[in-house]
Amino acid sequence: MAEARPVERPLSPHLQIYRPMLTMMMSIAHRITGFGLYFGALLLAWWFIAAANPTAYSKFESFVGSWIGRLILFGYTWALIHHMLGGVRHLIWDSGRGLGPNEREWLAAANLAGSIVITLILWGIGLLAMGGTS
Amino acid sequence: MSAPTHIRTPLGRVLGRGSAKSGTEHFWHQRLTAVANIPLTIAAVVILIMLLGRNQAAAAQILGSPVVAIIMLLFIASITAHMRIGMGVIIEDYVHDETMKLSLLMANTFFCFAVGLAAAYGILKLSFGV
Repeated sequence: MAEARPVERPLSPHLQIYRPMLTMMMSIAHRITGFGLYFGALLLAWWFIAAANPTAYSKFESFVGSWIGRLILFGYTWALIHHMLGGVRHLIWDSGRGLGPNEREWLAAANLAGSIVITLILWGIGLLAMGGTS
Repeated sequence: MSAPTHIRTPLGRVLGRGSAKSGTEHFWHQRLTAVANIPLTIAAVVILIMLLGRNQAAAAQILGSPVVAIIMLLFIASITAHMRIGMGVIIEDYVHDETMKLSLLMANTFFCFAVGLAAAYGILKLSFGV
């Protein structure tokens, strides 16, 4: 009769209870890009060490020149810019500005749109400076 | 004689180091490296894309030139310091087992120093041509 059953207590609302919002998505994206960039730093180390040696560099080049390598490099640069703009947003908030409902939404949209536009512009500058891709 | 309004000692209040005993050091260093990362990231991305399609000799020449090498060394130092604080926060947020948490925090520090040093070694080797 006196059976000890675990009591089903209500939990505080978590992610699945909320309708996805842009500000929430950009907050999550900031953490995910930061997590990804952490391991992306390995690519930099590989690149810089390989650059000293022709054989090692041809190995690196064939990776970074493949479609998957290009995708990873493009993703890495996009994540850098997205995380950078997300950081600028946080610096604005640190100053006590941009916390109103409209400003928050605008900043989140600008973070996403800006990351795509700036990444494409930087690739444009970089590709012009090298005179075409290979 | 009025009762104290809170239990913090006058010395603790003046030192302002809080319960973690490290004050706002992490907060401040995260912002400091974040601000440094803004111009360094933009420069680094353009330099990296410029390297694409160039052979090893050309890439080594660009990466080893003084301005590019110094930008890249600053970039490496700033991002790895930023990475260490950021991943530390992620670990503290999601890992609640004390042994696992401390192990991962250690591994985090090892990873950031190792990757940072490896990348810096690559740049310095190119710069000094050895």
